[in-house]
Amino acid sequence: MSSVVEDTKRVENERHDSDAIIDSHVAQEYKYGFYTEIEADSLPPGLNEEIIRALSAKKNEPEWMTEWRLKAFRHWQNMEEPRWPNVTYEPVDYQAITYYSAPKKKGEGPQSLDDVDPELIRTFEKLGIPLEEQKMLAGVAVDAVFDSVSVATTFKEELKKAGVIFCSMSEAIQEHPELVKKYLGSVVPQTDNFFAALNSAVFSDGSFCYVPKGVRCPMELSTYFRINAMNTGQFERTLIVADEGAYVSYLEGCTAPMRDENQLHAAVVELVALDNAEIKYSTVQNWYPGDEQGKGGIYNFVTKRGRAETNAKISWTQVETGSAITWKYPSVILKGDNSIGEFYSVALTKMRQQADTGTKMIHLGKNTRSTIISKGISAGYSNNSYRGLVKVMKGAANARNYTQCDSMLMGDKCGAHTFPYIEVKNSTAKVEHEATTSKVAEDQIFYLMQRGLSEEDAVSMIVNGFCKEVFRQLPMEFAVEAQKLLSISLEGSVG
Amino acid sequence: MLEIKNLHASVEGKEILKGVNLKMNAGEIHAIMGPNGSGKSTLAQVLAGHEAYEVTEGEVLYNGMNLLDLDPEERAREGVFLAFQYPVEIPGVSNAYFLRSALNEVRKHHGLEVIDAADFLRLAKDKMKMLDMDKSMLNRSVNEGFSGGEKKRNEIFQMAMLNPKLAVLDETDSGLDIDALKIVANGVNTLRSADNAFLVITHYQRLLNYIVPDFVHVLVDGRIVKSGGKELALQLEEAGYDEVKMEALQAAGIA
Repeated sequence: MSSVVEDTKRVENERHDSDAIIDSHVAQEYKYGFYTEIEADSLPPGLNEEIIRALSAKKNEPEWMTEWRLKAFRHWQNMEEPRWPNVTYEPVDYQAITYYSAPKKKGEGPQSLDDVDPELIRTFEKLGIPLEEQKMLAGVAVDAVFDSVSVATTFKEELKKAGVIFCSMSEAIQEHPELVKKYLGSVVPQTDNFFAALNSAVFSDGSFCYVPKGVRCPMELSTYFRINAMNTGQFERTLIVADEGAYVSYLEGCTAPMRDENQLHAAVVELVALDNAEIKYSTVQNWYPGDEQGKGGIYNFVTKRGRAETNAKISWTQVETGSAITWKYPSVILKGDNSIGEFYSVALTKMRQQADTGTKMIHLGKNTRSTIISKGISAGYSNNSYRGLVKVMKGAANARNYTQCDSMLMGDKCGAHTFPYIEVKNSTAKVEHEATTSKVAEDQIFYLMQRGLSEEDAVSMIVNGFCKEVFRQLPMEFAVEAQKLLSISLEGSVG
Repeated sequence: MLEIKNLHASVEGKEILKGVNLKMNAGEIHAIMGPNGSGKSTLAQVLAGHEAYEVTEGEVLYNGMNLLDLDPEERAREGVFLAFQYPVEIPGVSNAYFLRSALNEVRKHHGLEVIDAADFLRLAKDKMKMLDMDKSMLNRSVNEGFSGGEKKRNEIFQMAMLNPKLAVLDETDSGLDIDALKIVANGVNTLRSADNAFLVITHYQRLLNYIVPDFVHVLVDGRIVKSGGKELALQLEEAGYDEVKMEALQAAGIA
């Protein structure tokens, strides 16, 4: 008991110390005319309590939200950036980042597609992205009245009819505070890890979705997202709640390559599947990976986690091809009896990209089941690691896990690694792990070419075949896009 | 159709083909026989354009084109087909998807419209029937988990679908039982026409009972040492390669 008390004291002391540090910071900022900046569109770079208060104020947030952020910030200050992932990168200067910028206005950024990197346009065209969307993705300022806005409105009405709440996180804080209060941080606490704490302190925006009891969401939440969730910034926060017996399929991201001036991205996604509910969450991530030398790419440090109650099911499917650094482990806490967790992943790295990605399946309930299928493809000088934890707690009688972890190497300069962790505390559990590593064999390529396929088509066919089990999990339309994306990403990776 | 002139080829610096000469006309079936290591498979791979085999000398004319100047896929689209001795497995890629993609590449090359899924399926079922193949093979991954015989039959099925001008069969008979052998031979005989030619590479005479060649060539140590009609195959079977080799060497004044 006494140790707990001591710990608490220590924390309080630390908080005290950090308060002092913050105070001095605030004083400094003031010297440089901080308060005159507040009315501007952006806050000055740097992170302290005052910045967080200002950010929260700009977003018109209620007091509880501001406090929630501050709690996260105070904890974050005492946390260390994780060093265990199998990646290396230049240290991030957190005080050099601007944590709030008002949404871009017309007049900033490229004025038309003619001003955009032709390479990017070429990729858009290959992917068949409509012109208006191309503009959005390339950051070209577009008029407020533009086709997809009305499309989005139509979607919104249909969702409303079903009783589904789907809006931005900022809107949810204003309009549905009771739901946000109840669920925000309930799966990924503010104090969870370094990047999650940072996100909790400064998250810019994101999506909020609530599907009421027994409702099957009438559409894949995809197109809507693609159009509307752009420019949510580098600290995205998503919360999806499926109430008892509800179902929702959510698609995040976009196959088109996305550029962003912000190098650091630290998103948090929380999923709550109540009894008998099901959430399917699919991601295609294609952030700018940097150039051939690995310069300028996005650092993608993401915390994604879901909680599955009794008989609930959560599936994560991800296709990761972008970012210079990926640090991401979509996880499921299998809390309720008979709950199911799934993780299907394709991670492709090329050039100098580094990915350390996988999942955590935490079995708490009885008869819980989890499936992990991971496909890693490494090309160029890249480094691709699978890191996965399967944990079966004492009470999880008859828990089952099946893990299959396949790596494919293209060329001899890249790396593939597998770090599986298995902790089993219940003797009735069954945990299976299979892993393979293969090289794209020249004989396979030659075989396909002998039948008339070009070398690039041959490689793409082989790699897509390798990833088939994962693509099968994606909604049809998305799967086709993902396949195309993989093919395009692989161009020039062979030979 | 095909003229091979003084073809020399090596793999990893070791010369395997040491001056092969061969001429084939449309409508003909040629058989190449020879002992292990004589260069039969190398010849097949060189014709198909495998980059591990380096052509050091000679030329190959194919329908007026310099075959060796073409990339492997260009050769395929121009109608050169190799039935592999060891067909590789492509996990996760269905036979149907693969074959339709291949067929469409060939069609596009010849200015034809791509074939739609329904027409493709109809054509495929037709050909499978001829080869006594179960149509479930279409949905299985390319060669994955196929038995040796199924793989060979799948090669002939692909050949039937792509309808090549020049088909090279590299030891298609190895690993086949007599029934499968008959089916494969029947497939070849059905496809045979005045417009195409077959180069049948085999170690044994057995296959040639069912695919009757117009010409038989004996390849020994990287050279064709003897050519003749179908009776040469029988003669070889009885006398063995050594005798033919001796005879050839004597004729050449070497032994």
